[in-house]
Amino acid sequence: MASRTILKESQIMKIHYITGIAAIFVVALHIMMRLVVPFEQSLEYDYIIANYKNIVYVLILEAILVLISVHGFNGIRIILLELRQSRAWENMVTVVTISAMIGLIAYGTRTIILANGL
Amino acid sequence: MIMSNTAENKNEKKIRLKVYRENRGQDSGSHYDTFEVPYKKWTTVLDALLYVKSYMDPSVAIRYSCRMASCGSCGMKINGIPKLACYTKISELETSTIECEPLPNFPIIRDLVTDFSRFFDHHKSMHPYIEAKESSVDDTRKGTFSFYQSPEDVDKYLQFSYCIKCGLCYSACPTVGTDVNFPGPQALAQQYRYFADTRDESAKRLDIVDDRHGIWRCHFAGSCSKVCPKGVDPALGIQLLKSYMLGISKNDKVPAKKIEVESIDNRYNSSAKTE
Amino acid sequence: MTEIERSSRNNLEGIGGWLNPSRYGWERISYWFQRLTGVFLLIYFIGHVYETSTIVNGQNAWESFLELTQTGWGHLFLIMVIGASTFHSANGIRLIFTHVGIGLGTPGRPDYPYSPASLNYRQKSGIWIALILAAAAMFYGFNVLFGV
Ligand code: HEM
Ligand code: SF4
Ligand code: FES
Repeated sequence: MASRTILKESQIMKIHYITGIAAIFVVALHIMMRLVVPFEQSLEYDYIIANYKNIVYVLILEAILVLISVHGFNGIRIILLELRQSRAWENMVTVVTISAMIGLIAYGTRTIILANGL
Repeated sequence: MIMSNTAENKNEKKIRLKVYRENRGQDSGSHYDTFEVPYKKWTTVLDALLYVKSYMDPSVAIRYSCRMASCGSCGMKINGIPKLACYTKISELETSTIECEPLPNFPIIRDLVTDFSRFFDHHKSMHPYIEAKESSVDDTRKGTFSFYQSPEDVDKYLQFSYCIKCGLCYSACPTVGTDVNFPGPQALAQQYRYFADTRDESAKRLDIVDDRHGIWRCHFAGSCSKVCPKGVDPALGIQLLKSYMLGISKNDKVPAKKIEVESIDNRYNSSAKTE
Repeated sequence: MTEIERSSRNNLEGIGGWLNPSRYGWERISYWFQRLTGVFLLIYFIGHVYETSTIVNGQNAWESFLELTQTGWGHLFLIMVIGASTFHSANGIRLIFTHVGIGLGTPGRPDYPYSPASLNYRQKSGIWIALILAAAAMFYGFNVLFGV
């Protein structure tokens, strides 16, 4: 039954719970930084570009990106593993969810870096 | 039909029993048969099915033995929910038609009889027996010692040992419904039952369930505990086991003391002497 | 690894079992909602990362994309996101407590009529609190987005 894995399932779940809890805090910070100004202004181009140059804001964004990607794609992995069972399917699920996780983090990080340089 | 040989009271209450029929051996598909059965306040669904077998259609296949919620053979889906037929009174269901179907998540053999092989395999994979380092089967046979357990020690696992392997929890669990490799609530609760037992010294118990399809596929949907007819509360056992695996609960189990007792041979000899 | 033939003979409840949350009480509803909101939030999150990436293409690209989302339907979708994230976070905290065995009671000597310790009101009320918080957050979101 047990297949070769790098992390034990209990370790993965620890990560799942910790990223979930941590996400609450960073998302709360993210929303609060937007709520200090009127909703419309918070979406203005210049205002946002200015934000991307603020190192604290950038760090929060990156943290959200990593925490939620890890948590969310692990969640999808869990659901897909429960959906059907075969070696091929499980390998596919592992590869696809990890790639998607890395892909989304990379894409979001690209935005942060480029916007920071604007 | 032999139905006429029951002297029927005009005021007798009747219940419609809608029974799922399928024969796995003959590829003839499935259908429902409906029977009208007289019942009293105390008539159980099993009683009603046995009435059907005796007087209306002997070919209805059911499995039962104890008729008192002890053997765990008569589990079936009654009005959509897994229940023991012998433990469910018609009067308490409060419907005019009772639908009896085979337990979901168990392969159908015939009518209401399902195949428990996979369920028992998962149970066996949990090592559902005391594993002690320096003891062997011989020790208990020789009867040279017994384990000391305080009432508190017993309370830690007693409830989980009440499990009658009826499979209702397995049938209610949403994860089992799609993941055949998930051991299911019954097996996982038994893992906790032995883990919490001070006589057990196995160091492998947590590893056995720390698998991709293991204990973490339980999301505490609570349905197992909801349907369990013996108050086992498998969901509780599973979450308590997780707590040890996450390091929140520390395993400070003190192994049960072994108390020397006279061996059976000696006892036999000494009683023989006094005679 | 057992690979089981997925025929109807296997009699597995399948996804139908996930999707029918009404039969087994609040915990089963919580399970279903946690899953639904989790997947929904991930879809939103991917969309959000994509949406915000238009900023690197300059002010015009950003504003034209913003226009697409600043509609009645877009705001309605956002309100759903607010509700889903509030429920998922609050119920997530409850689930973390239950998964580490906190608030579930201790094993004992069950007696008829059995009432399982783990399905107690302490833990169950967490689901209701999560639902109430989600409704409140959606109400607040509605006021901000649709303005009164
Ligand atoms: C903000 C705080 C959050 C907390 C405390 C949290 C917590 C949890 C918990 C406890 C679970 C259940 C795991 C289980 O039952 O085994 C879960 C599942 C999940 N979460 Fe979150 N989560 C949070 C945010 C998010 C976000 C923002 C997303 C979206 C990207 C997300 C996506 C998922 C998914 C897809 C699942 C899988 C559903 C399942 O296993 O049934 N979560 N989360
Ligand atoms: S835990 Fe309860 S429902 Fe499950 S098999 Fe045992 S007695 Fe039946
Ligand atoms: S007949 Fe034994 S449990 Fe119902």
